Amino acid sequence: MQRRDFIRSMAAASLAASMPEFVFAAPAVPGTFGAAGDDAYRKLLILIELKGANDGLNTVVPYADPEYYRLRPRIAIKRDEVLQLSEREGLHPSLAALMPLWQANELAVVRGVGYANPNLSHFRSIEIWDTASSSEQVLQQGWLARAFRAHPVPRSFSADGVIVGSAEMGPFTGGARAVTITNTEQFLRQARLATPGHMSGNRALDHILGVEDEVVQAAKGLGGGAALSTTFPNGPFGNAVRTAANVVAGKEPVAAIRLTLNGFDTHQNQAGTHAALLRQFGEGLAALKAALVELNRWDSTLILTYAEFGRRAQENASGGTDHGTANAHFVTGGAVKGGLYGQGPQLDRLDNGNLVHAVDFRSLYATALERWWGISAAGPLGGRYPMIDLIKA
Amino acid sequence: MNVATRVATRCSAGWNLSLAAVLAAGLFSIVTAASAATALGTEDARHLLARTGFGPTWYEIKTFSAMSREQAVAQLLADVPRTAATPAPAWIADPIVPPRVIREMTTAERQAHQRRQVLETLQLRGWWINEMLATQSPLTERMTLFWHNHFTSSQQKVRYPQLMYQQNVLLRENALGNFATLLHAASRDPAMVVYLDAASNRKGRPNENFAREVMELFTLGEGHYSETDIREAARAFTGWSIDPETGAFVNRRLAHDYGMKTVLGRSGTFDGDDVLDILLAQPAAAEFIVAKMWREFVSPDPEPAEVRRIAAAFRGSGYDIRTALRGLLLSPSFWKPENRAVLVKSPAEFVVGSLRQFDVPMNNTVPAAIVMAGLGQTLFAPPNVKGWPGGDAWINASTLLARKQFVERLFRTEERMQPDGGVMQAFAEPPRPQLDAGIQSPLAVNEVLRRARPALLPMFEGRRWLSAFASEHDPAIEKIVLASAPANPVPADLSGREWVRHLAMDPVYQLK
Repeated sequence: MQRRDFIRSMAAASLAASMPEFVFAAPAVPGTFGAAGDDAYRKLLILIELKGANDGLNTVVPYADPEYYRLRPRIAIKRDEVLQLSEREGLHPSLAALMPLWQANELAVVRGVGYANPNLSHFRSIEIWDTASSSEQVLQQGWLARAFRAHPVPRSFSADGVIVGSAEMGPFTGGARAVTITNTEQFLRQARLATPGHMSGNRALDHILGVEDEVVQAAKGLGGGAALSTTFPNGPFGNAVRTAANVVAGKEPVAAIRLTLNGFDTHQNQAGTHAALLRQFGEGLAALKAALVELNRWDSTLILTYAEFGRRAQENASGGTDHGTANAHFVTGGAVKGGLYGQGPQLDRLDNGNLVHAVDFRSLYATALERWWGISAAGPLGGRYPMIDLIKA
Repeated sequence: MNVATRVATRCSAGWNLSLAAVLAAGLFSIVTAASAATALGTEDARHLLARTGFGPTWYEIKTFSAMSREQAVAQLLADVPRTAATPAPAWIADPIVPPRVIREMTTAERQAHQRRQVLETLQLRGWWINEMLATQSPLTERMTLFWHNHFTSSQQKVRYPQLMYQQNVLLRENALGNFATLLHAASRDPAMVVYLDAASNRKGRPNENFAREVMELFTLGEGHYSETDIREAARAFTGWSIDPETGAFVNRRLAHDYGMKTVLGRSGTFDGDDVLDILLAQPAAAEFIVAKMWREFVSPDPEPAEVRRIAAAFRGSGYDIRTALRGLLLSPSFWKPENRAVLVKSPAEFVVGSLRQFDVPMNNTVPAAIVMAGLGQTLFAPPNVKGWPGGDAWINASTLLARKQFVERLFRTEERMQPDGGVMQAFAEPPRPQLDAGIQSPLAVNEVLRRARPALLPMFEGRRWLSAFASEHDPAIEKIVLASAPANPVPADLSGREWVRHLAMDPVYQLK
């Protein structure tokens, strides 16, 4: 156990070159790289970060609630414009591309996701989400890094995770083999410049050596994939989705991909910006599905959205919204049971102007770890959280 | 003008007479017996200059190696300029186009306006890089960049390159001045007013954006204030705005909330300046700034006792920034062997440092700005109000490969790039989404990139550069290129030029 932890802690770096016997010895240790672990990560997890804090109330609109229109006289989505999901809620009209997923019963909308004693700083709150900590607890390691440490991703994979559209490691922080890729062809062209090296004991240098090693490993697995016929939307998110699809098409798998769509911090003149962002998101997600279907991976992929928090229930004086708390998130994939989950916004029971959360965000993570990958969630999440029954048996 | 010429200019113009005399006589290594005991020598001089500037040249290292720590730090902090040495683009004096006028534009007019903004923003980036290359005081530019990453604003939101330029002027003017003065001025800076929505923070309808970030990111750090403090402070800042016709700061009395506020335990009919003074009176403020400077100049792990000691002096000086820097640079921790080569170079340090260190002639710095964007640092457009996270986060698979490609290109031997612009393509791809995506027409950006391409040709002139050393294999070369011994084995029998390239491709070259 100690030795395995040691290997995992060094896995991001170039241990292979300096101590090959450890790496080759590891799979022989009973129970460490069990068949369950290998199979688990044949199922892919894709996280989509709606960075800046997407406005959940204008994404999943409580159009039947007069309080919503009272709180948001300038920016509310008109009742006759929403794409109806239920008698009370509907999607923002820019999310039309998601309606086929909803109609196919593959889109789960989880409402009221947040945590107790919410922190309204972008930076602190995303750290809470990325590390799956409570509001008061500061953890150094991302929740996926902890899961991968407990249940290692097979070394033959291109990487534990691939990051597209952000330089931040987020849930992979602190030990996961996570590779940042903007464009797969360019990555493969440049990868020859990387060389594996020896660990040094200097933290910054070891970080660089670790990245070199990850590049070498990823380049081996990502090449040789099938060319896709799916067309992807223009724009940064369309490019990110294209890159993700090319990663999935590679000859070796990865366990997780994190995509980031920026720009949701809509303090001012929200309407146009938000509509454009949601259109990018919806069309990107539809293209992602098409590509995954083409690669025969749609049924073995789970897609989750997340963000640091939602936005204030009441609009501000600048036609925007300030930082808030609980939020609605999407879960989709061929194995997802579509529908509404959690609890719709209780606009008559705000706490200091903010929504009260109904679902702890770690329930989403627990569902991904246990129901999707079939690995224990309690360890990586530091406790038990109720599962959300949104994955087909 | 090449680096050697620039440094020589500096010697005659800016330096004190006795030092200039020593230099003129070429007596770098001849020092008196008394100062010999405390002379920095090559490695310590390199360490100090790499941490406070951009990739020091051999000439600068030789110059500083004869000084003691105290002399060297005093030299870095003496007579620092408060204005840029290089001329800014002419359009900085153009009046802004008011939003009222933009709203009335036809589609074609608006596109032309946006194209001009893209071009001007690229020129602005190129201008700053040129200043980093040409300055007599690299530390001034490092501190200007430090404050740009502290009092962040982004062209992506501000949209007026003139206002971004004005903010840069303000940051440079106070870069090594007084932090309290800088805080007050940066809070009223028009680009900041736009960036953090101060203009829409009005009596009875507060916008908390600025009030939150001024506490969390500019002065105190998380955990030193409450949500109530933010809401109360937002009321105090009401009325701070800009004139949409001119882009100048205005204090709108009718929008100001004159009521009582309670911020951090103090109550009064505060305005914005009162709240800033309340923040500056908190001991946490000096410690927060000194710890951030520690991570910039000393090591990734601030030592609490040293930070408290230096912060006390900083606060005692009334927030004199040079007092804090002197404390940091003369702290024994700065010089400890275990704190050498432990910080990752920022893209600006990496690109500008390489161009300076290897004396690569640049007549157009716009391509360097594009390279920097590909490495994750788009000047005048930090990713968010917290700025670039920096440190190890500068290096991921994409950025490390782009850094190596930059070095490869710098040291290439072929006469010209491939006609398909393979190299340029590699740099152009990643920055595109960051080049003010969504705001400006991608067509215009492509146009600028195409124009920039022919200029993207400067390369390392090996024979000229190596001629400054005793021989092609002078051991001093490794000492000035790398902050510590190379991580990868060095093959035998390399030519001088190949050896230098090998050192610059080594992982240690990413460190300072």
